[in-house]
Amino acid sequence: MSGKAVTGDVMMRRHGDDAPVPEFDHLAWVTPKPLAEATVAIVTSAALHRSSDEGFQPGETEYRLLPSDARDLVLGHWSPNFDRTGVAIDLNVVYPIDRLEELAANGTIGAVAPRHASFAGNQPDDVATVRLDSGPRAAAELKADGVDVAIFTPV
Amino acid sequence: MSTLAHVFEAAGIATVTLAATRSVAERMGPPRALYVPFPLGRPLGKPGDAEFQHDVLTRAFALLDAPPGPVLEDYPVTIEAEEVPLTCSLPPRFDASLPAAVDEANGLRKAYDRAVANRGFTSVGRAIGPDEVPGVLGVFHDIAQGQNWKEAVIPGKNTTAVCHDIRTYYEEAALELVNVDTDDADVPAGRGAEAWYFENTEAGKTVLAARQAIKDQGGPVPAWFYMAPGHR
Repeated sequence: MSGKAVTGDVMMRRHGDDAPVPEFDHLAWVTPKPLAEATVAIVTSAALHRSSDEGFQPGETEYRLLPSDARDLVLGHWSPNFDRTGVAIDLNVVYPIDRLEELAANGTIGAVAPRHASFAGNQPDDVATVRLDSGPRAAAELKADGVDVAIFTPV
Repeated sequence: MSTLAHVFEAAGIATVTLAATRSVAERMGPPRALYVPFPLGRPLGKPGDAEFQHDVLTRAFALLDAPPGPVLEDYPVTIEAEEVPLTCSLPPRFDASLPAAVDEANGLRKAYDRAVANRGFTSVGRAIGPDEVPGVLGVFHDIAQGQNWKEAVIPGKNTTAVCHDIRTYYEEAALELVNVDTDDADVPAGRGAEAWYFENTEAGKTVLAARQAIKDQGGPVPAWFYMAPGHR
């Protein structure tokens, strides 16, 4: 609290430069079907949840599945370190659901997935649970919905 | 985010990540990433600008055609957050017997209520509802004036959640007062509302003063640090 030596975004990105990250020895790689035939889902780390649903707890490793027609989405991420007015004005700036509907309507993508996945980005440093438990469970649920491609959006 | 991209790809779903921090994407190597040099909190870049958002998605989905990676490309346009306070009027002093922040929060209630009515829901409510915002600002005023923070009644004993709710009450009211909506391409820059709240409003100043007081009283970091962005 010594005043603003740097802007908030610069501070946070510098923090990312030094943050410990998990290592992945093997790069999984899917060769996707043509986009025009693909069912596309959004996976976000913004901790979005429906306004009527329970919010995220600090450090929560679980996820919420968001029905494709839901627009009453609250940003449940616990960090004060990013802009929240953008998503208050236009949900699509974090969760481009209307853009995907438009891309499906004009044939650019095959279909919009029936459900999308929302996690909280502020995870415990080892990310063990999302890596080994809740992440694979969410992926399996989307896979069962027929999802071929997922676009990942942070805050 | 990059961790989940690895996990989903391993489960058989082709992933494209919009990466907010380039160095993290470089080190974690998700299968396909587009670095988006935009204000944090706005990975599609521009609220209310469908054409711009479509361009981001087009460039992201184009990475699906790349040979096995990791693939990391940069979106060619940078958008900076602007820590210049939003131009948004504040209510005049009404009840001089109240701390200024309490009076101010009371005065913003109608704008906040209009915002909720127009949007259909609110992001206030993590620890307190709108009715409690003025009262908690009174508590923070007392802490800033020297009250021991451990003896103060902070709902849920969670300053992070309470401060989120107060700031969100103000930001939702401000967006109503400056009358932006999704059809308006000329929306406030990233962090403009944050700058307005912490630099121009009595509430923001009171929160910062209470945060400093809790720190000075020896309060643990989690009790005060997340009451405001880290650089403030």
